[in-house]
Amino acid sequence: MIPTEFDYAAPESLDDALWLLGEGGEETRLLAGGHSLIPLMKLRVVVPTKLVDLRKVPGLDGMQREDGSWRIGAMTVHSELEHHPDLGLLSRAASTIADPQVRHCGTIGGSLAHGDPASDLPAVLLAAGGSVSAQGSGGPRTIEAADLFKDYMTTSVAPDEVITAVHVPALDGYGYGYQKFNRRAEDWAMVAVCALVYARDGVCEDVRVGLTHMASTPLRATAVEEALRGQPLYAGSIAEAAERAADATNPPGDLNATPAYKRHLARVLCQRALTEAAGLS
Amino acid sequence: MTATEAAPNGAALHVGRSLKRKEDPRLITGRARYVDDMTVPGLLHAAIVRSPEAHAMIVSIDSSAALAREDVELVLTGQDMTDLESPLPCAWVPPGTEIANAPHWALARGQVNHVGDPVAIVVGTDRYAVVDAAEEVLVEYESLPVIVDPRAALADGATLVHEDLGSNRVFEFSLGGGDVEAGLAEADVVVQREIVNHRTSGAPIEPRGVIADFRAGSLTIHSSTQVPHFVRLFLALQLGISEERIRAVAPEVGGGFGAKLQFYGEEVLLAYASRRLQRPIKWIETRSEHMQVAHHGRDQIATCRMGARQDGTITAFHVQITADLGAYLMLLTPVIPVLGAFVMGGCYAIPNVRTDITGVFTNKMSTDAIRGAGRPEATHMVEVMIDQLASELGMSPPAIRRKNFIPKESFPAEVATGVVYDSGDYHGSLDKLMGKLDVEAFKREQAELRGRGIYRGIGLSTYTEICGLAPSRIVGPSGLGLQTGLWESAMVRVHISGAVTVYSGASPHGQGLDTSFAQIVADRLGVDPEVVEVIHGDTGTGPQGLGTYGSRSLSVGGEAIARATAKVAEKAKAIVAHELEAAAQDIEVSGDRFSVRGSPDHGMSLAEVAGAAYIPENLPEGMEPGLEETTFYDPENFVFPFGAHAAIVDVDGETGKVAVARYIAVDDCGPAVNPMIIDGQIHGGITHAIGQALYERVHYDDDGQLVTGTFVDYSLPSAAEVPMFETDRTETPSPSNSLGVKGVGEAGTIGASAAVTNAVIDALRPLGVTFMNMPLTPMRVWEAIEEARGGVPA
Repeated sequence: MIPTEFDYAAPESLDDALWLLGEGGEETRLLAGGHSLIPLMKLRVVVPTKLVDLRKVPGLDGMQREDGSWRIGAMTVHSELEHHPDLGLLSRAASTIADPQVRHCGTIGGSLAHGDPASDLPAVLLAAGGSVSAQGSGGPRTIEAADLFKDYMTTSVAPDEVITAVHVPALDGYGYGYQKFNRRAEDWAMVAVCALVYARDGVCEDVRVGLTHMASTPLRATAVEEALRGQPLYAGSIAEAAERAADATNPPGDLNATPAYKRHLARVLCQRALTEAAGLS
Repeated sequence: MTATEAAPNGAALHVGRSLKRKEDPRLITGRARYVDDMTVPGLLHAAIVRSPEAHAMIVSIDSSAALAREDVELVLTGQDMTDLESPLPCAWVPPGTEIANAPHWALARGQVNHVGDPVAIVVGTDRYAVVDAAEEVLVEYESLPVIVDPRAALADGATLVHEDLGSNRVFEFSLGGGDVEAGLAEADVVVQREIVNHRTSGAPIEPRGVIADFRAGSLTIHSSTQVPHFVRLFLALQLGISEERIRAVAPEVGGGFGAKLQFYGEEVLLAYASRRLQRPIKWIETRSEHMQVAHHGRDQIATCRMGARQDGTITAFHVQITADLGAYLMLLTPVIPVLGAFVMGGCYAIPNVRTDITGVFTNKMSTDAIRGAGRPEATHMVEVMIDQLASELGMSPPAIRRKNFIPKESFPAEVATGVVYDSGDYHGSLDKLMGKLDVEAFKREQAELRGRGIYRGIGLSTYTEICGLAPSRIVGPSGLGLQTGLWESAMVRVHISGAVTVYSGASPHGQGLDTSFAQIVADRLGVDPEVVEVIHGDTGTGPQGLGTYGSRSLSVGGEAIARATAKVAEKAKAIVAHELEAAAQDIEVSGDRFSVRGSPDHGMSLAEVAGAAYIPENLPEGMEPGLEETTFYDPENFVFPFGAHAAIVDVDGETGKVAVARYIAVDDCGPAVNPMIIDGQIHGGITHAIGQALYERVHYDDDGQLVTGTFVDYSLPSAAEVPMFETDRTETPSPSNSLGVKGVGEAGTIGASAAVTNAVIDALRPLGVTFMNMPLTPMRVWEAIEEARGGVPA
């Protein structure tokens, strides 16, 4: 519960942050809200030699609507997402993260960069078809959500890059549902399912389903989406589609949930999330 | 003597009121001083090197790298401490029973027997540096086979935790009365179940911590403990220091829950190293260490058989417990299941009750007292079994209980296990509980929820507990075999100004006893509780004491205070009578004065009495000056709180997740000294038991590795997981003490796990599930539902 010795820097510009990151080598880590990194350091699972704190770096905050998409500064904390009136699914998912204290410290950029498949926001970004802006020594680039999550706590953000902003399509007119299953309110998701549904005249014109903690990365439940897209929306079609929620998943088991139980939960939660998204609950 | 007769001069001004806790301003504003808040000039810090292996020989220890650091002063291993006088103590030596024990040293000697077993201590100048240095102590282990399953540990050829003992069997002990086999033969129906009480952690918010300061031949030790007097005694015995040279202090202690009712090796290590270096040393346990090496609780597997006639009359209850004691016998390790065996008959007039206990060594941390200590396990067994039996007989849970309750008229009642229940009114508390339930509304809601896939169930638990740990005559060396007396002490000092300081041998750590004690004293001396300061937890002040555990501090410690206060009041009355030229028997405490009965204006305040006592110009002939008294109190019997609890739970039929929708508790701990504090204790106790029933589990894998080493995996419930508790009381005074009080610290924990479990089973019956063991986690509930459906869950 006591970390190893490390250096700490709190640069006041993105350039300084990038310079510190590049200079420090692989053992330098970015510090955003700290609610994932610091516990791992205290357990000595992660042993950085230097932390570069992003809190004083300007330009990493704010939420703006830009055409059909929301630009959200990477240092935006979960409670700001939670209380924003127009973020829909993202707001709903953020409101289920841990407890108020954590939601006032943890950031969207930090959560995505950490790449924990049990976290709420990665699957939401994936389902919504969002992306992140990253800046590194090679200049700025955009990483699509589909390319972001590589493996357990591994993303395609390079060690010398900083996520500066998150872009989430507004998906106007989509209904949404979020079903998170955990033992205690403060826990990570044992399994969570997010659903976005666009319906016209009772027919599902588009559907996106994201799965949390069903593999080493967040997943899209493409089999469910394919089964429901173009179909009339009613309890039976939703139930039938939700049966495929665990297809092509590889959920990690633990003391409280075997892979079989998690697959079962994915199907149950998917059905509930779709029902909610379709406005049928 | 009844409580009413004992109340001082009739009306109590302060006892019975929900006075706000005197402790809370300092706790809420962060002004309380815990061990880690303290520092001493020249303070060094310690870290412990612990075994990552569950069972291994220590081949070598190389501490040269750690010692080479400038910030390290000392590294000690077991081989460096061979001059210790004795291994760590186990205080239970039952007459006539063989206990197999292996030496348990503060640092392992040659072999480690559980993950976290301490191997070395590193002392240095900086708290962070010693943690790094501890990682630089290189220990080479040669792994041994590991045994974690207590039943497998008893099999022939099992891996032995302690090879020298030739067996993992620690002891066998039976407690009971009547003839259970004959009783079961008489029964029309016999129900047999295997009931598992899984391992839990006390998990106080403040982990343990020690500062040892040995200088000029004397040792001062601050420890986050429930038992400072035991710490002093055992340190004297371990280190060969004369006891008067040791002062042990329990400062503010941030919760114990039994985990600090212990004498720990770290206390020895810190004192030993401080003596070696002649410098003060601090060690603060990390949460990870606490989960590993603060003793665990429960961990009993029991085969239970309960038999009854067709009309519901229970004829016999037999329990065979396999108790997983872990790798070593600590202070009370083996006796915990025995404490439960005393009340294995529950609230019922069962003529034949017997508990057979087998204690077993495994490669895990030791088990010992955790809140309730044996009695939650026993209550869970009785209360789950009686519901299983009711179902078999087609009786309702309240009906089978009412059929078998010991009637109110029978108290004091000697039960089959040999103890005498001092008081009880079990029908009364169950009737009161049932009156709050609204069974019709329950059925309506149950039907409505079913339509949404939610299965609502209700469960009862009617319990009695044996507590107020004392009396020496029953639990001491020639009785149960604890190597101590179990009285309590008090000293009441009235200062010349009329302010009062009370010294208690109890060692409260969050129970609100500073307030409850002050209320008792205030009524008897005619002062405001605000001017009554309660001092405890310091062997350097006040009389000998025995600490706080076993719901003993009000019924034993509080009674000692009441008696010491009565002695002070007697002396005060004699002084007042002398001053006012009245007869002492005519002096009474009325409001804030000692006055002559019938003429309240004719009297003296306590300050005036104290003035007369300390400036002795006009004391009665032969009376000593001063106004303070000391009492030691050893009760004749235990006290037996009881109550009736009901849980209403909602189970999600698809996911298996359980939510507690309502929890109603009617408890009887005798006359309430402070109802608000009682409610708080009940709330915490129920939450503790809901934790065990639904959330918490200490789990080791087959290699003896602790899987639940952090609060991520060890799932303590939070406020979000428990409902608003509905509490009420009945008040049946105990005849065992003048206050009539019975203790309440463990009641909620003892009563609640069975209520929740019975409720979950009740909820699942429509799905074909008729029995389950804790923890009732979503996956385990789902698996039970699937299994009942004939599916294959895995």
